[in-house]
Amino acid sequence: MSALTPYLTVFTGRLEVTLQYRAAAFAGFITQCWFGVIRILIFAAFYAGGAHNAPMTLANAITYTWLGQAFLAFLPWNADPDVTEMVRSGAIAYERVRPVDTYAWWYMRALAWSVARVLPRAALMVAFASVLLPLVGLGEWGLPPPPTLAAAGLFALSAVGMVLLSAAITLIINVLMTAMLTDRGPNTLVAPIVNLFSGAIVPLAFFPDAVRPWLRAQPIAGLVDIPFSIYFGGLSGWAAAGAIALQFGWTAVLILIGRAWLERSLRRLVVQGG
Amino acid sequence: MPQILVEELSKTYRIAERDPGAMGAVKGLFHRRWRTVEALSGVSFQLERGELVGLIGPNGAGKSTTIKILSGILEPTSGRCEVDGLVPWRQRVRHVARIGVVFGQRSQLWWDLPVIDGFDLLRDIYRVPPAAYASMRDELVALLRLERLLNQPVRQLSLGQRMRCEIAAALLHQPALIFLDEPTIGLDATSKLAVREFVGRLNREHGVTVILTTHDMHDIEALAERVIVIGGGRILADGPFETLRAGALAERRLFVDFDGEAPALDWPEVRVVARNGRQLELAFDPARTPAPALIARIVAAHPVDDIHVEEPLIEEVIARFYEQHGANEA
Repeated sequence: MSALTPYLTVFTGRLEVTLQYRAAAFAGFITQCWFGVIRILIFAAFYAGGAHNAPMTLANAITYTWLGQAFLAFLPWNADPDVTEMVRSGAIAYERVRPVDTYAWWYMRALAWSVARVLPRAALMVAFASVLLPLVGLGEWGLPPPPTLAAAGLFALSAVGMVLLSAAITLIINVLMTAMLTDRGPNTLVAPIVNLFSGAIVPLAFFPDAVRPWLRAQPIAGLVDIPFSIYFGGLSGWAAAGAIALQFGWTAVLILIGRAWLERSLRRLVVQGG
Repeated sequence: MPQILVEELSKTYRIAERDPGAMGAVKGLFHRRWRTVEALSGVSFQLERGELVGLIGPNGAGKSTTIKILSGILEPTSGRCEVDGLVPWRQRVRHVARIGVVFGQRSQLWWDLPVIDGFDLLRDIYRVPPAAYASMRDELVALLRLERLLNQPVRQLSLGQRMRCEIAAALLHQPALIFLDEPTIGLDATSKLAVREFVGRLNREHGVTVILTTHDMHDIEALAERVIVIGGGRILADGPFETLRAGALAERRLFVDFDGEAPALDWPEVRVVARNGRQLELAFDPARTPAPALIARIVAAHPVDDIHVEEPLIEEVIARFYEQHGANEA
């Protein structure tokens, strides 16, 4: 039994339980295909209107869109629903009598939850956009592999950063929820911020020159814009390495803030009744 | 050295209040009024290893707050508390590895998983060595009769079945101290007896220290030699249940079935509590009027069919005690 056993256990346990929801995964995949097509049609119309100095090519915009649809469940829109339920029901008292660090414990829960939701959806999405579309002759509308081996390797690294960052942000929302005793406020507040600042709605490259450097430096860019730009080669070499360092750096900062804040808020938490 | 040391423990909460109605809600947006509630004010007690203590008190008395501070969940506002030399809320992780907790109103097992999987998870969480885990699990399964439940998902268990599993779950890591917060709440008579018997054995045979909170006074009567009564955030009494009974409600009851219509019996040493046809229920104080003397006097004065003495119900004793101390919730 190593010191890590409890954390690995909660990770695999949550992963297994969440992977059982096959219908949800399939429904999510269908929805994401639909929105992927709509967004690609919008890009196509935009480029057809004569976008001479657009910051990326239509092919790259299509790649960016499919990746966004495949990894959609990594966007931290909500507090962890299991933790929300525990706070609401008071079962959180049991979380505090476990001999584990509550932050690390919840982090592993959040990680398992997002990974388990993304895996089946992403697999289906790749089968659809990278295999099925080219087979039926719509290859230019599909998701190609990364252009170079270096891009693929850097993307793999950055994807790990994306997953870790996503869980760190989920934990920040958990802390807000724990302090407010409801998830509705934090969820409504965080979802639009994440959508806009990650580049999930419009790639950050399309924003005006004056704000773009700032947008690329803020933590949420690491959820979408940095890994996807690395994938199609929009960020490469030292620029890519710097972006990945920024991604991991922000993740570390958010973890430190989240952990200190969680301990503070849990010590004040009043578990009523019973 | 005592296993649990609690000195002058206090806990205050701040509660936001507002006037009723829509105007009150609008006013509350601009000006918030806070009221301080003292959940605990100066609680002190000590517990030796191997004791079984019942913690009782009306709703809102501070029982659960005490348990939550002792188990490291809450931090008190002031006061000192040590369990086995550790301060629960400061050395939380080390402290909770050694204790077991059951909150009767909540569940610690994973809802969607079979019971046995939940146990396995707890083994990993508490890092219990596999051999120790297997022997403890098998013992608990046998004692609490869980064989047929192990492969069922927790959500399909009845409350009584679930509570037996919850208790087993709290003991898999062999804690030397357990907190049972209302473990018999909502259970039927058979399950209550099973839980009581098990807790008693655990304490007697394994020397586990038990702190039990409950509203079921039969739990206390069956299990606890020592009772701590909390009311309004203070300790009102601490000692054997018999002392409490003597102080709160010394009187006993005498049930007399007369041969013929029950007489008026207007004597100073007894009080007629109830009259049912030929039966009288009488209350008397055994310290002033010994039962044999009273019975002799009644039998001499009236023809009697049957006669027996009862102690007042434990619920009555406790209710009277709460009343005397103004402990009941506002």
